[in-house]
Amino acid sequence: MLGYSLRRIIYTIPVLLGVSLVCFALVHISPGDPLISILPADASVELQDRLRVLYGFDRSYPEQFLLWLGRALQGDLGTSIATGRPVTAEVINAVGNTLLLAAVATFVGFVLGCFFGFVAGYFSNSPMDKAASAAAVFGVSVPHYWLGMVLVIIFSAQLGWLPASGAGPGGSSQWKLDAEHISYLILPALTMSVIPMGIIARTVRALVAEILAQEFVIGLRARGLSEFGVFLHVVKNAAPTALAVMGVQLGYLLGGSILIETVFSWPGTGMLLNSAIFQRDLPLLQGTILVLALFFVVLNLLVDIMQSALDPRIKR
Amino acid sequence: MADQTLDTLILAPARSAGYWQNVGARLLRDKTAMAAGSVLLLLTLAAIFAPIIAPMDPLEGRLINRLQPIGSDGHLLGTDELGRDMLSRLIWGARLSLLMGVTPVVMAFILGSAIGIIAGYAGGWTNTLIMRTVDVFYAFPSVLLAVALSGALGAGLGNALLSLTVVFIPPIARVAESVTTRLRSSDFIEAARASGAGALTIVRVHVLGNVLGPIFVYATSLIAVSMILASGLSFLGLGVRPPNPEWGLMLNTLRTAIYVQPWVAALPGLMIFMVSISFNMLSDGLRSAMEVRQ
Repeated sequence: MLGYSLRRIIYTIPVLLGVSLVCFALVHISPGDPLISILPADASVELQDRLRVLYGFDRSYPEQFLLWLGRALQGDLGTSIATGRPVTAEVINAVGNTLLLAAVATFVGFVLGCFFGFVAGYFSNSPMDKAASAAAVFGVSVPHYWLGMVLVIIFSAQLGWLPASGAGPGGSSQWKLDAEHISYLILPALTMSVIPMGIIARTVRALVAEILAQEFVIGLRARGLSEFGVFLHVVKNAAPTALAVMGVQLGYLLGGSILIETVFSWPGTGMLLNSAIFQRDLPLLQGTILVLALFFVVLNLLVDIMQSALDPRIKR
Repeated sequence: MADQTLDTLILAPARSAGYWQNVGARLLRDKTAMAAGSVLLLLTLAAIFAPIIAPMDPLEGRLINRLQPIGSDGHLLGTDELGRDMLSRLIWGARLSLLMGVTPVVMAFILGSAIGIIAGYAGGWTNTLIMRTVDVFYAFPSVLLAVALSGALGAGLGNALLSLTVVFIPPIARVAESVTTRLRSSDFIEAARASGAGALTIVRVHVLGNVLGPIFVYATSLIAVSMILASGLSFLGLGVRPPNPEWGLMLNTLRTAIYVQPWVAALPGLMIFMVSISFNMLSDGLRSAMEVRQ
């Protein structure tokens, strides 16, 4: 277990380096001068050169990468071109909101997905299985940004029950635990939860069907164990994989929240990315993507280590 | 979204002469897959014959006619925010939307299979180098990578297609590599090698035939994801540009109309959903038709 964890951690280092190289390259695959959006149209050649030296764009790519990486390791992701504020501060402000949304959505998706998955796996090929499997296919097929729009149409535009956009009253971006703030969270979290719901339901269905077909289950039943007792055994065997899928899904939602945050004007990293793209704020784009990708890689690492701790059969 | 299906895709290589007939027969008996296939066929035909079947010009509208409800006079599905006929725009939109959803997966299918087969067949250092590079791109959530690349490259159809192709190469390459690696040590490949067949011949005759099937099934399920992502990029303003009809872009421009004509505004998303769910069901049908165990 310890050896596996160590090997897994060491293996993550080159991946992290590669990920930061891709993020670094984003600025350089972008067409046009990276300084174009801060320079006034009539900037003199001297001013352009001075800024180029200031931002380090006059150096070679490997030099620039090492400088950038060195600063990033110290928590300095550069300065946002649009707001003039440090990128790190902007990302930290936004990432909490995205984390909250993604965590709630993953939890709801996990509960619903496990329910549908267990029902479908237990009553394999029955009408109940068909219905639960249909829910799973719906979850993985629906364009979630459209589902968000439909929910807004029904619950905000038509019924007027829930707010359509933002994270709190008066456009506040600071989340608090009270009834009003929760009402702003319901629609985006529900929309987001269909993705993990579908994937977890499919995984759990396959797991449960596979476990029930194993001989030890027949053995348990033959020894007269109650159906609930058998159920507990199934849960115990399915849990490591189901939890692992849940962890990976949390990472996907953190990184993939841009569409849902755009639909609901949720003030998280997705909105930050959206404004970075349209203001051609490349340092902000680069920094936000780096942070989200790091979250994803570290989360996957934790999931793998946790899974090997829960399931002693895994000795890769 | 892609990883957990990997194990179920590795098929047993036991295949008789009538293998494909069997697969076809099983697929024909699968009502869900056939229904999904028919929906996709109809939509493809509608896209091809859009100039003939669309009742009106998708780009021309009159502002006094804007946001007519579904079922209004002369506009079966209403009109959009600029008074253009929704039915015509949805039919024409099938062209760009299907193109944007399918092209990246086809490109990634070709490139990803090639990369994976080379890595899997070569083994050793070549494998390590290729697969660790693939892992780096796999370490990004798919939506994030697509948005990052097309955001950096700038809006536009070509850039969106390029970004999505890069997103889908790693998962396909991983499937291709794992199937090829497993195949490489099998007896019949050993026998071919022992009888003096060169690497190219072995790959062409023995590997491709056994590897492309599983990858193909996997790729059809990726088209569902690709449809959602491609239209998502247009929805964000990173893909197709106005006034061209594309479902994701239409959904974006109609967002402001949800308080006036909510169900007209929701129509383009329904189309994306239909295509995506059809590809998923077709892919499920293909998988169980090709799986020898079932």
